[in-house]
Amino acid sequence: MTLTAPTRDPASGTGPRRPLRIGPLSTTHRRRQLVVPLATLVVLALTAAVGLGRGDYPIGVPQVLGALVGLGDDTQQFIVTQLRAPRIVAAVLVGLALGMSGALIQTFARNPLASPDILGVTGGAAIGAVSVIVFAGTGTTAAGVLGGIGLPAAALLGALLMAFLVFGLAWRKGVDGYRLVLIGVGLSAMASALVQYLLTRSDIWDAAAANVWITGSLNGRGWDDVLPLALALVVLLPAALAMTRALSALQFGDETARGLGVRVPLAQAVVVVLAVGLAAFAVSAAGPIQFVALVVPQIAVRLTGGSRPPLVASGLLGALLLVASDLVSRTVLTESFPVGVVTAVVGAPYLLWLLVRGRRRSTL
Amino acid sequence: MAQRTATGLPGEGGRTAPEARRRGLLTGGGSRALGLWLLLVAVLAVCALSITVGTRPIGLGTVWQALTDASTPGDETVIIRELRVPRTLLGVLAGLALGVSGALMQGHTRNPLGDPGLLGVTAGASFAVVLSISLLGLATPAGYVWAAFAGALLGSVAVFAIGSSGRGGATPVSLALAGTALTALLWALIQSITIREQTTLDAFRFWVVGALAGRDSTVVTQVAPFVAIGLVLALVNAPALNLLNLGEDVARGLGQRVWLARTVGLGAITLLTGAATAACGPIAFVGLVVPHVARAVTGPDHRWLVPYSGLLGIVFLLLADVLGRVIARPGELQVGIVLAVVGAPFFIALVRRRRLVQL
Repeated sequence: MTLTAPTRDPASGTGPRRPLRIGPLSTTHRRRQLVVPLATLVVLALTAAVGLGRGDYPIGVPQVLGALVGLGDDTQQFIVTQLRAPRIVAAVLVGLALGMSGALIQTFARNPLASPDILGVTGGAAIGAVSVIVFAGTGTTAAGVLGGIGLPAAALLGALLMAFLVFGLAWRKGVDGYRLVLIGVGLSAMASALVQYLLTRSDIWDAAAANVWITGSLNGRGWDDVLPLALALVVLLPAALAMTRALSALQFGDETARGLGVRVPLAQAVVVVLAVGLAAFAVSAAGPIQFVALVVPQIAVRLTGGSRPPLVASGLLGALLLVASDLVSRTVLTESFPVGVVTAVVGAPYLLWLLVRGRRRSTL
Repeated sequence: MAQRTATGLPGEGGRTAPEARRRGLLTGGGSRALGLWLLLVAVLAVCALSITVGTRPIGLGTVWQALTDASTPGDETVIIRELRVPRTLLGVLAGLALGVSGALMQGHTRNPLGDPGLLGVTAGASFAVVLSISLLGLATPAGYVWAAFAGALLGSVAVFAIGSSGRGGATPVSLALAGTALTALLWALIQSITIREQTTLDAFRFWVVGALAGRDSTVVTQVAPFVAIGLVLALVNAPALNLLNLGEDVARGLGQRVWLARTVGLGAITLLTGAATAACGPIAFVGLVVPHVARAVTGPDHRWLVPYSGLLGIVFLLLADVLGRVIARPGELQVGIVLAVVGAPFFIALVRRRRLVQL
């Protein structure tokens, strides 16, 4: 089970590198690596506009755009900017964070099956959040502490601690991708047992609320929920983009990356911290939405034709997937149906297909 | 596939492995038989512990009296005959079934991480149970049994088919990931039902933790035949498994019908795991941990490994159940939770061994 270098045929659709010169600066680019993100951005904007219009009080796309720039009537303006916009913005930001987190982790582990779901972020967040939901009303000291932290912060804390535990245990003179995945599977099994235990200790109303949370849902998200994630993205997004060169080098293996002048342990640590941070904030805002981080980077790498999951395209496609899934779950299914069910039903068969396709696909 | 022929059993298949570890602690047939008798004594001791320990401790003398004479007056008689004994019997059946099926699963997949709980078998059972609660309105563990069986069968076949269909064959990672993916898909479907139907969630959440409590003796009689058939198949399969572990080509050359041995093995695994899951709910980690302990004693000979794993499974499961009763008095911690908390660290220690990662 060795990891081989990607065997992608350079002629298969990536197109030639084109030169780009601006004054004294010059670089090369492939056309699809520019076209795909731009096209995604346009589709994302349209989907978001449609999403803002759908609901109990349908509003057309032109009116939605008008309301956003302050031209609509008061009712439309209130509905669009106060009721629906936070949910859509949350979907965009969560999808962006999850997509980029997946791209970072998959490049780091050189394994298309690595994702924050498998690496314990989800399990840890679930323990934190469900503890808050279950213990909030019990009046014990634990309840006081947990209530003081609040649900999103508890989820964030749980996610970060669990990820730390998984990486710490997988560390043995460096992190092996397979060991990481298997330890993540083991700890996730333990985490889900603990969550199930908490569900049996609570009354049925709390259990139902917790059940919705652990599926991943955008229901009832307001600007308060969006703000921490937005602030985290302001810090983490530029940092992730600054890692682009190191990521390109890391995909060739530790030795080659060192030869290319990358400080490997430092770069790996930064990549992991960024990936876990992005995923943890996303999960604390919307719950563990399954499979976005897993599937999106693999779609992105096939669309752009690069050799590793592209960061920007993965983020944008993640946002698009989540906004579209949210739209489907709100309009086709019922209003309160969690978006996590939709993404898992789309994503899990894709993962199974990846496994059946076998070795070539499992090398990124 | 050079990596595949190097076997996955710890302590085996490399020149670097010390000869002692390959053989296990007990080598001669006589000492292994003696060890089996000792284990049997341990099983009886744990059963006695399971009957006497609880919210209301009962002395062994009272237990004996209540068991031999049903007309003995007092609450103790009722507690022992109606609650403790069925529960202990269920623990014996489930522990036996999970231990043996774990040993078979690890042997057939040549994968030291084989465990029905991690490999999506129980997710299939869970989904079937949710469907039966939601659509058929079944509300007792005795009612779920058949649904759980069907689900376990479909789940195990699906995970094996998907996990071994990639070009690398059934590797630890491909099986674990096939299990993870199938589990995630089935959980999404389970969630889509339980979110809309609160009564279903209420019944399901107590089944899914995995417990020995609250099952009456009808469940024991329902699953006992399946465990019995599964055990017979497992014991028949054990010598063939020894041959299969030499490699399929060698086994075929020695006159073994490979597909027959695989089918018998998969049938035994499904019957045993399905029976245990149907009766107790999903219980992870017994099938994972116990065969490793057994292998340390007996070495990789499945004719000894299978019975050792079964008896150790009983000891392990009942001890965890008693522990769950003791540490959370006056309530109790379900056995599935205790096992997850105890078993996960063992799993991680296993993964951290370098040999495994190099499979």
